[in-house]
Parts: sequence; C-alpha cells; structure tokens
Amino acid sequence: MSSDAIPIPSSIRLSKEAEGTWLETLHSWVTTVDHKKLGLMYIGYALLFLVIAGIEAIIMRIQLAVPHAHFVSPQVFNRMFTMHGTTMIFFVAMPILFGFANYLVPLMIGARDMAFPRLNAWSFWMTAFGGLLLYFSLIGGDGLYGAGSAPDVGWWAYAPLTSPAFSKGHSTDFWTIALLVSGFGSIGTAINILATIISMRCRGMTLGKMPLLAWLNLVMSGMVLLAIGPLTAAQMMLMIDRYLGGHFFDTQAGGSATIWMHFFWIFGHPEVYILIIPAFAFVSEIVPVFSRKAIFGYPVMVAATVGIGFVSMSVWAHHMFTIGMASYSNAFFVLTTMAVGVPTGIKIFNWIGTMWGGKIRYGLPMLFCLGFLFQFLIAGLTGIILSAAPVDWQLGNSYFVVAHFHYVIVGGILFALFGAFYYWYPKMTGKMLDETLGKWHFWLFLIGFHLTFDFMHIPGFLGMPRRIYTYEPGRSWEIWNLIVTLGMVFQAAAVLCFVVNLVRSYFRGVPAGNDPWDAWTLEWATSSPPPAYNFAVIPEVKSRRPLWDIKHPEDPDWKYE
Amino acid sequence: MQAHKSNNPNVRRALQVFAVLFWPVTAALAGPPGQPSSSTSVFAPLSTPANSIFRLSLFVLAVTAAIFVVVASLLVYSAIKFRKRANDDGREPPQVYGSNQLELAWTVIPVLIVVVLFLTTARVIHGVQDARQPPGAIEVTVVGHQFWWEYRYPQYGFVTANELHVPVSDPQHPTPTFLTLLSADTDHSFWLPRLAGKTDLIPNHPNHMWIDPHQTGLYLGQCAQYCGTQHAKMLLRVYVEPRADFDHWVHAQRQPAGTNDPADASAAEGRRVFESTACINCHEVAGTVANGRFGPDLTHLMTRDTIASGAVPNTPENLRIWIQNPDAFKPGSLMPAMNLSDQDFDRLTTYLLTLH
Repeated sequence: MSSDAIPIPSSIRLSKEAEGTWLETLHSWVTTVDHKKLGLMYIGYALLFLVIAGIEAIIMRIQLAVPHAHFVSPQVFNRMFTMHGTTMIFFVAMPILFGFANYLVPLMIGARDMAFPRLNAWSFWMTAFGGLLLYFSLIGGDGLYGAGSAPDVGWWAYAPLTSPAFSKGHSTDFWTIALLVSGFGSIGTAINILATIISMRCRGMTLGKMPLLAWLNLVMSGMVLLAIGPLTAAQMMLMIDRYLGGHFFDTQAGGSATIWMHFFWIFGHPEVYILIIPAFAFVSEIVPVFSRKAIFGYPVMVAATVGIGFVSMSVWAHHMFTIGMASYSNAFFVLTTMAVGVPTGIKIFNWIGTMWGGKIRYGLPMLFCLGFLFQFLIAGLTGIILSAAPVDWQLGNSYFVVAHFHYVIVGGILFALFGAFYYWYPKMTGKMLDETLGKWHFWLFLIGFHLTFDFMHIPGFLGMPRRIYTYEPGRSWEIWNLIVTLGMVFQAAAVLCFVVNLVRSYFRGVPAGNDPWDAWTLEWATSSPPPAYNFAVIPEVKSRRPLWDIKHPEDPDWKYE
Repeated sequence: MQAHKSNNPNVRRALQVFAVLFWPVTAALAGPPGQPSSSTSVFAPLSTPANSIFRLSLFVLAVTAAIFVVVASLLVYSAIKFRKRANDDGREPPQVYGSNQLELAWTVIPVLIVVVLFLTTARVIHGVQDARQPPGAIEVTVVGHQFWWEYRYPQYGFVTANELHVPVSDPQHPTPTFLTLLSADTDHSFWLPRLAGKTDLIPNHPNHMWIDPHQTGLYLGQCAQYCGTQHAKMLLRVYVEPRADFDHWVHAQRQPAGTNDPADASAAEGRRVFESTACINCHEVAGTVANGRFGPDLTHLMTRDTIASGAVPNTPENLRIWIQNPDAFKPGSLMPAMNLSDQDFDRLTTYLLTLH
C-alpha cells in the first residue's frame, strides 16, 4: 500500500438495549460463523479443559508424593493419566492453538474471515462434541459389562489392552469415538486454514511477505491433514475389532499389536510438531516486536519450518525403540530423529539473532518467550539424548521421558501460549492484562515448572517407569517425587493468577488501544476488538511489516526485502 | 561396545569437563561403584549391554551439555546485553534481516554433530542388538502375564515365576543369559536398569535380549510398559549367583513337589483343599493334579523370597492374607479371593508352606 495509514474502523459500542437479551447473545455465539468468535470459543473451551486436566494431574501428583500412598485406587489413577494425556493433547493443546490460528490468521493476512466460515463452525462443534463425549465416559463408560467408567488404557491406547478381553464396558469406545469425532473437526480446520492462507491474502502479500505466523500455521495445517488420517483409520479398525469381529489388533486371533503402534505414532509424532509449530509462530511474532527488530533470517525460518514438517513425518518409530525392531530400522529412526534437531536448532539461533543488537523490552509476552527459548532448548537437547536408541532402551517409558515431553509441552508450548495470551488479549478484548498479576503468574509458574519438571528427570535415571500408581520405597525415588509434587502447588497458584487476570482485566483492565505494543503486522491496524468485518478497507501491503512501513516512511522494509 | 576408548583427546576432554561439571549429580545418582544409592540406577551398570549404554549416555550427555552451555550463554548474553536501557533515546535499533554466512554456519555445524552422534549410536545399537549367542549361554523364556512373570528354562525343563535366577558371567569365560520375551496377554516391558535396557514383551511378536551380570547379587526392576490395573506391582527380581549355586538351584527346581505326602495331617488336609478348589485351574504344582497355567507355578513356592510378583515378602501371614484377599496387596490383580472357611485357609497355608 502507499504510505498512507490504513483506515481504522471505529470501535462499535452498542447501547444496552441494542445488545439484546442474554438468550440472543447466546444464540449469536452458538450460531456464529465469525472466525474471531469461533477462535475465542476454541480458546475458552480449551481453557476449561486445561483446568480439568490440570486437576487430574494434581490428583496423580498427590498419589505419587510418597511411596505406597492410598490417595486413589490403581483403577482411578490409571483413568487419571489416560484422561490427563488425552485431554491435554486433543482438547487443550490442539483447540487452543486452532483458536489462536482462527483468530489471528485472517487478521494477519488482511482477510475478512476464513475461507469456509461454515466449515469453521462445524469443525469447532465437532471438536467440542468430542471433548464432551470423552467426559461423558465418566457416566456412560460402564456399559453392559460393567467394569470401566473413564478410559484407562493410556493416551496411546496400545493394543491389545483395548480389545474387549482386556477393556470391558464402553470406556475405550468413548475414547475412540471422542478422538474420531474431534479428528474430523481438526481435518476441517486444517483444510480451512490452508485454503484461507492460500487464497485469501490481501493485495501485495505474496507468500514471501506473509507474517511467519501464517507460514507456520500453513505448515501445521498440512501436517494435520497428513497425520490425523492414520489415527482416524486406526480408530475405525479398533472399532471394527471391538464390534464387528475384526482382528486387526486382536493378538489372540493373529492380529498385530505393533501395527497399532505404527498407526498411532505415525500420527503421534507429527502431532508433537503440530503443537509446537504454532508455538514457534507466537514466538516468531513476539520476539521481533519486543526486540524492536525484524525477524532474523525470514527465508531460513520458513525453510526450517517446512523442513521440520517433512522430516518429522519420518521419525515416528523413535517411540518404538524397545519393541524389538531390527538394528538397521532402529538406526534409521535414530538418524531421522537427530536430523529433525537441525532445523529446530536453526530456529533457536534465528530467534537469538533477532534479539541480538535489539532493544529488548521485557513486557510479559517477551518474558514468557524468553522462558520458552530457554526451556525449549533443554527440551530439544533431552530429545537428542532420547533419540540415541540405546539410551532410549534405558530411559524410554521412564520418568525421564515424562519430564522431557512436559518440558516440550509445558516449558515450550504452554509458555509460548501464555506469551500469546498477554500479547493478543488486548486485541481480542480491547483491554490490557494486569501487569502485576501477570508478573505473579510468570514467576510462580516459572518456579513451579522448574521444581516439577527439572527434578522429574532424575527418577527416570533411577529406574522409575511411568504410569505406575505407586512405587516401592528404598530406590531413592522418594525425595524427587516429593519435590515434583511440591512444584505443582506453585503451578496451580500461577494458573489461578492467570485465570483471575483473564476475567478481571476483561471488566476492569486498562483500555488497550489499537496497537499497544507498537507492532508491525496487520492485526494491529484495526480496532481492538476488531469489528466483524475486520478491516474498513482491505489493506494492501508491500513488505512483511506493513505497519513498520507506515511508521517509518523514511526507512521502509520493502526497500530491502 | 568398544567405542569411546577415547582416542580422540577432544572427546576425552569433553567427558572430563562433563564429569567435573556434573559430578555432584552423577555422584548422587550412581554412588560409589557396587554400592549405588539406588538399586535401579542406570548409572551403575553391571552387565555389558547396560555398560555400553551407560558409556554412550555419558558421551551424548557431554555433547548435549556442551551445546546447552554454548546456546544458553548466547541466549543469556543477548537477553541481558541488548535489553532496553533506562537512558534509551527512543529510536529503533538498526534493522538487520539476516546473514547467509551465519545461517550456513549454524546449519553445517549441527549437521556435523548429528553425523558424529549417529555413527556412535549406530555402533552401540549393533553391538548390543546383533550380539551372537555363544555356546554355553543360558536360555530363558520370559512370558509376561497380567501382572506377573513366568520364567521357562527350556534347557532344563522346568518353569518358575517372578524370581529369575541366572549365573554370574565372568568376562573371561562369559556365560550370558539370552532371554526370549513373549506375552500371554497385553504388552509388557522387561527392564533391569543395571543389567540392560528394556525390551517389550508383545503378544504374537517374540523379542530377544541378553544380559551377562558381572557381579552376584539381587537386581531389581519392574514392568515398564503399561499393561493394566496392577502394572505398578509387576516387579522384577533377578538373583545372580555363582555358577555352583545356580546349578544347585536348577537341580532343586527340577524336582517335582509333593512326591512325599506331607507328614502332618493339617498339610495333607490342605493339599486336599488345594486340589478340590479353583486353585488348580490356574496354578501348577508339578507331580500333583494341579496343572493350571494361568497363574504362577507353585511347585517350589517356598524357595521364593516374595509373593505377588515381588509385592510383599513371602511369609506365612502374607501368604494367608494373599489367598484370603489378594486386593489387600494388589487391588485389581487377577487372582480371585477364595471364599473358604478359616480352618481351610489355615490348612491351605500349611500345605503351601511345605512346597519347598
């Protein structure tokens, strides 16, 4: 566009009468196809499940604080870790990231909505329905045979533990159908994001001028399309086994337990990158703005992301080093797994390159991003340790692995997400999040995170396997487990600060204005919150940082890109 | 594995630096050799597979620790050095968009590190996984059950449960034990951290692993693949004995039990209870009508230190509680509570106590 400012729509304040009754408001949310409302619904729904799955984690940690505890029965504990894992991956992490993608992608590429608004609503409700179905198992899982209520097969549900002989009642069915249904929602969202980014960009925004967030969500959506398919297929086969006399995974009738593992992890490993790539996207937007510099090595960042997308499709069997694959198969997956560390490392270097020579402002979004960078570095390195198959023969399925992937998911993804909340909440609500509560949130969570997940590595070295409801005294595991449980108290307090902050700031927060961070991408060129149509006039861009060009007409980016 | 004799001085130096940096941690984890603070520490290996993994672990830990130190320093330095100062002039810093030289450097160096790590790892994989079984090796077939271990000794023709006995293996005259891993129901995993990495027991998918313990003693571990309700109390106990003791144990295990009727009447009565109730559907006592295969073999029950797959010591009181109410020790175990009279419980326990 020319160096004229983008016209900003005036924020719309409806009078009390014009807002309608609460029923009309509810109706407008339930029937909405607006990407922003759907995005917020994804986020709200995911936060609800975050609290539920967090409570499940608390129950497990109380049980494991001391050896031979009797806080919950083994049956309850096994349901808790199954529900905690399934919920966190499928009904917290994925929907919350889809929520941000939904909200931000159209705004950042200068579009008025997603490509398929109705599909968008359908996807959200499928995901939401899947989550409700999973939790309905608490009531409906008994079925005709009695036995289970909530699923207790672990979040990867290895065969043949899921066969009718070992999983009576309907708990496994609820797990299967919940994932099947929400999987359809995920595929719908992936198609939608792909179509939106490919066909809805504003004038001037070539692929090479897209914000990195759009690029990363493009790659993420492509991966969802490829990865969810095998999971869906496996769930269907499992249901055929359970109800139509199939023998895909029925080992008693010659089926294969390892086939399930392959199907699950062909989904399961790309899934990790499906979750971390949107987190990379947040960091790639926040770090430049708070360092006051353009992202370092934009084309390399894009290439590294695409590289991660490809290579991560061929690493799945590193979850299966202990199942007795041939030595050359093990070696192949060692190589691919170590190789995926290279583009990931490149990204870390480029973020540091972005900070280098900048003037870093330590607002809350940047604090969380700094936490992300530090912790994701460690998470990546423990991943390299585990990628050496023989080391994995010792540490796989131990608490070292549990610590490793929580480092990725909590230390990496969740920290980046918190950063994203502090960064985009002003855009979404028009109010700033409270700084003091936010600092409490950050420091409490940082302390709690490190208490819990740093010390969780050690019982893994000492031979403590995961998924045990209790453990034997005298193996030097006691002190570490106690510390791990202690850290959880800090994390719970921090999340409480966060939730209070979200609610309180909505009503009493300082008005944010349109562009509180002095940022450079298009979402800051409209009002906060944006109107339903996003932009008064569809913007036109000349560079990756259209608002930089407007703010610095003497030194615009398009001269250099 | 013979890797890491460390002909490369850099590697040796890196290992030394690592050892010094992390000495408090490694000391806490491993303790003095032979007397680790934890009986299940992966840092106190006493068998060839565990030892080669341990050495590889140290190498990988050293490399990753070095990467961490470099990258974390860069991160901390830039975070502090380039913070916005109080006396900032309010102008934007110079905009730098990238550097091809730097990008090339931080692509090529990690690729080289990956190549080194991969080759080292591949060598250990080959050394452990493709080892040939020498003549004179002991063969044991391990069958995982919900929630206990069955051990078959095909060379000697007997079956036992939950407590594995193997001979010590002198590195000069190795007598390793080669394990064939099967499962009767769900997936399990066989993990003795001081002897070897874990290998899964998967139905319809026989697996193999081997150990050659260099020291006598009791080695602990447990099932490492979630297998159902009582996964947590599917404990592993391995008794590594001098060859003579092992041979003696084998000889005793091969004898049938109950060839002589128990002397005292109460035990004879107990045997009648045992053989006329559901016990024999699941349990075997060689030489009697009891030939069930679903539960552990009880022929020489009293030679074991523990019951319920290592959950509690094998004492008369525990035995009685276990028969009366298995949920007292292992809620969710597949052994049913037997509804017998107090008198029958006493007799049954007396009979079991004769199964030496």
